[in-house]
Formats: sequence, C-alpha cells, structure tokens
Amino acid sequence: MPARWPLFVLRKVGALVVTLLVSSLTIFLALHLAPGDPATAIAGGTKPNPENLARIRAEYNLDDPWWSQYLHWLHGIVTGDLGTSMVYKTDVSTLLTARVGSTALLVLYAGALILVFGIGLGVLAGLRGRVTRTVINVVTTVAMGAPTFVVAIALIAIFATTLDWLPIYGTGEGLTDRLAHLTLPAIALSLSYVAYVATVTRAAVDEEKVSEHVETAVSRGTPQRLITRRHVMRNAVAPILTVSGLSIAGLFAGTAVAEQAFGVNGIGSLLVDASAKGDLAVVQVISLFMVAAFVVVNAVIDAVNALLDPRTALEGAAA
Amino acid sequence: MSAELALSPRRPLLLRRFAGVSPVIVVAGTVLALIVLAALLAPLIAPYDPNAVDLMSPYEGSSPAHWLGTDASGRDILSRLLYGARISLAGPALVIACSMTAGVLLALVAAWCGGKVDAVISRLIEVLFAFPGLILAVVAVAVFGAGFWAPVVALSIAYVPMVARILRSVALRERNLPYVAALQIQGVPAPRIAVRHLLPNLMPMITVQAGIGFAYAMLDLAAISYLGLGLQPPTADWGVMVAEGQSSIIEGYPQESLYAAGAVLVTVVCLNLVSGWVAERYDVRGAEL
Repeated sequence: MPARWPLFVLRKVGALVVTLLVSSLTIFLALHLAPGDPATAIAGGTKPNPENLARIRAEYNLDDPWWSQYLHWLHGIVTGDLGTSMVYKTDVSTLLTARVGSTALLVLYAGALILVFGIGLGVLAGLRGRVTRTVINVVTTVAMGAPTFVVAIALIAIFATTLDWLPIYGTGEGLTDRLAHLTLPAIALSLSYVAYVATVTRAAVDEEKVSEHVETAVSRGTPQRLITRRHVMRNAVAPILTVSGLSIAGLFAGTAVAEQAFGVNGIGSLLVDASAKGDLAVVQVISLFMVAAFVVVNAVIDAVNALLDPRTALEGAAA
Repeated sequence: MSAELALSPRRPLLLRRFAGVSPVIVVAGTVLALIVLAALLAPLIAPYDPNAVDLMSPYEGSSPAHWLGTDASGRDILSRLLYGARISLAGPALVIACSMTAGVLLALVAAWCGGKVDAVISRLIEVLFAFPGLILAVVAVAVFGAGFWAPVVALSIAYVPMVARILRSVALRERNLPYVAALQIQGVPAPRIAVRHLLPNLMPMITVQAGIGFAYAMLDLAAISYLGLGLQPPTADWGVMVAEGQSSIIEGYPQESLYAAGAVLVTVVCLNLVSGWVAERYDVRGAEL
C-alpha cells in the first residue's frame, strides 16, 4: 500500500464530517428561521395562555440563542432523541422506525435493479451487434428523460386497467407481499438510473474495446470471451462503479416521489406529508437523514474506487 | 461529401447551416420550438378557457370538439396543456437564469483569483453539492409553504454548485491560456478580460449546462407539483395535471395524466438530445449535472 493512504483516508473522513455538519446547520437554520412561533404551534389552538407558552418555551429551550438550540438538536440526533412531531404529537423516532423498513427495502430493490439491468444492458449494447445496440440506445435515451412520477403514472395506467399482476397501492405485509408491493415503485424509481448506468457502461466498454491492449490481445489470438472478461470489463469497471454508486446515492431523495405515487408508507412519503403540513421537526430529521445517506454512499464509492485503483487515491492526496 | 458541397451554396442559409445535422436533432429542435410557441400563443390558440368547468361532460374521449378529451370536471385537456406549458416552462427558465448567473459568476471569480478565494469557493461548492435539489425544495416548502416561489428559489440555490463546479474547471483551463496573459500585459482590466474574452469562450459549455439544467429543473419542479408541494390546483401546470389525473386512472380514464406526463417527457427528451448535439458540435466535455 502506498504511504499516502492514511492521509487519503483522513482527508475523506474529514470532508465527510464537515459536509454533514454544514448540511445539518443549513437544515437547522432554514427551519429555525421559519416564520411563526413554534411554541404557539406546539400549544395548538388560537389563543394559548401565556403560562402554557412559557412552559413549552422552557421545555423546548426556545429562548436559548440559535447556536445553543442547534447544539442541543445535534446532540439529540446523535444520541437518538430526534424531537417531537407537532402534527402527529409523537416522537419523531417512533414515526421513523415504523417506516424506515419499507424505504430501506425500496432503495435496496431499486439499487439491485440498477446494478443488474443498468450494467447488463450496457454490456450487451457494447458487445453485441448493431441491432441490439440501436434498440438499447433508443430505449435508454427515452428512459433517461423519464422521471419517477412519469414512469409511475405509466405503470399505474398499465397495471390498473389492463394487467393486474402487481399491486399498485400500499405497503403490504410480510416479505413477499411487501416485495410485490414495492416492485412497481422500485421500477419507477430506478428506470432513469438504469438507462444512465447502461449508457455509461456502454461508453466505457466501447472505449476499452478499441484500446491498444485489447487489440494486442486480439492479434495474439486470445479467445473473445477471455478478452471481454479480463481486458475489457476489468478496465471498464471504475466508471461503471462510480455512476452506479452515484445513482444509488440519488435514490434516497427519489423515494419521496415513488412512495407518494404508489401509496407506500415510508420515510419519503412521510417527508412529503410533513412538509405540506409544516411539521418542521420531522422535515429536519428526514432531510438530514437523506443528505447523510447521499454523502455516506458517495464516500463509500470513493473508498471502493481507491481500493480498486490506487491511482485515484494518490491523485486526491497529492492535490 | 462532394455532393453535399456541390449542393450547399444553392440552399437557403438556414438549411445550409444545419446540413449534416441528424434528422433526430432537427425534429427535437422543431418540437421544442413548437412547445415554446404553444406556450407563448396559448391564449390565441387554446380552444377553451383552461379553467372552464363543464360538469355535464367529464371524461370525454378525443373528439373534434375536445381533441385530447376532457378531465374529471369536464375541462378541456388540450387547453390546459397549452396554458400549462407557460408556467411549466417559466419555472425552469427562472431557476436556470438565477443558478447560471450565480454559477458563472462564482466560477469566473474562483478561476480568476485562484489561491484562497478559489479554495473557499471550491469547498463551498463541494459541501452544497451534497444537497439534492428535491430535498432542499421540500425543506423550503416546509418553511415558506407550498406554491410557485419556494421550490423555484430552492432549486435556483441547489443548482448553483453543479453549474459552478464544472464551469470553474473549464474557466481555470481557459484562464491559463497564453491569450489571457497577453491581454493582461496589454493592460486590459481583469473584469473586461473576464466578460469580453473568457465568457465568450465558455459560452458552448454554458449553453450545454443551461440545456441540461433546464431539463432537470423541469423534472424537479413537475415532481414537486405532482407531490402537491408546488403549484396548487386548479392551476394549469403539467405536474399538477399528472397528480389530478391520477385518481381518474383507476376509473379507466388515464388521458389527463398520460398527456401531461407525455408533455414533460417529450420536452425533457428533446432538450437532452439538443444539448447533447451542442456538446458534440463544440466538443464540450464533462457537461453533466
């Protein structure tokens, strides 16, 4: 291992922590500066009595300066006290634990679709003949522009009227039923990413196919299967991994639309609901969670890439 | 090649300029032009008032009277699509105008000043980059309430780092070219070099970024409207129409949702095709949001 590895890891972890802190501060301040008095909102009713207000202010530390409130909030997040929902009148953590499973399953499902179909179609387009290539090109060009809610509508239109293979609404019970309920949301969520990963994979395969070392292998009479596996795919894997990882990191924010469209009771649909109702405590926690998921997945990709190709780590450390 | 050359002087200027352009791009460009035209001329060409309710004729199919049929309240879907084009295009246009202006300024300042200024701007970009536009928009709606402005302002901010990041690297490359040094030696003031010489050379990249960004902004804003966090019914907006039509799908009348979703999809695909063509033509690399 090169000597610069510890520096690389330190830099990455440092950047990760700073990004998370700045994100949390941004989210906190955005909602802290919201118009309206949170104490009145918690007390409910039109004219809460002053004593009640004072009690609430003391309980939620609303009279402290903003940075003190921020630290208090951050401390709570780290120790598992996520605050109280003003709309549902329960702990945010209770709301989340009931829903986090569906969302995690949805992200995993969509991520698997991206890896299998994105890379699979890209490799097919890169290695097979012109017809396969053209068909995949046309499909991916259209699919890349297809956002989750458009795919969702198309799927609902198909499965509500002509086909009834899969449920179009709800969360389901038990693993098989839940997977069945999550199939259409996962397709809607992943389709444009599948197209994107397929395009990048095809481009990476194309580039390696005409590279000098592959031509050398061909001229030496190496079997095509071996060339594909050893020489083309091994070198094409870095860009493919990067975009696949980025796509999967992007899935978290997308769950809001996919869950809302198919009535899945998850974190994404809770975020939309909380935002519409102005339930700030819930919005704070979920948006921070989604940003954190995005940042952490990104960091993991960087780490995997650096392990696969130490040159990237050295570049980062030298810069 | 020779046949093309022999023919080209006789063709009108516009045709000659686009000689050799793939027909797909020509169609995509024409479709985009028609969509913009439809938005501008909506009051003149729409057959009905987009909000005129006719409870006696809900869910009508396509007919000479209603080309695309009617929705649940008997409103003419074609008229709503035409009027919807206006706000569905205006939102992304605003987002792109704001984020491109801020992004280009940041990129130019970072590339020009270099050193600490560049380091600070680069870190800022890196941190803000972690914020998905949709999440920032949802947070903005939680604070300021649903409507047109909160998501537009949030996306304008969210798109700045994406624009600035790529433009900074291009501007940095351009700034170190000999012609910039030559201008500096001649005593041309820095802002003048930046605006008169650097900016025109960044234009292809800016155009491509604006095109791709517009498509993204349109998708994000439509998604926000669809979620009920953006424009509210009965506003004629493509995202709102998709959401409003969703309940009719189950009853067997998918037309409103499908046409509105189709309008978004066609616009975005055409935008991406044309942006890709511009990128290829001017050899712009790495333009992605």
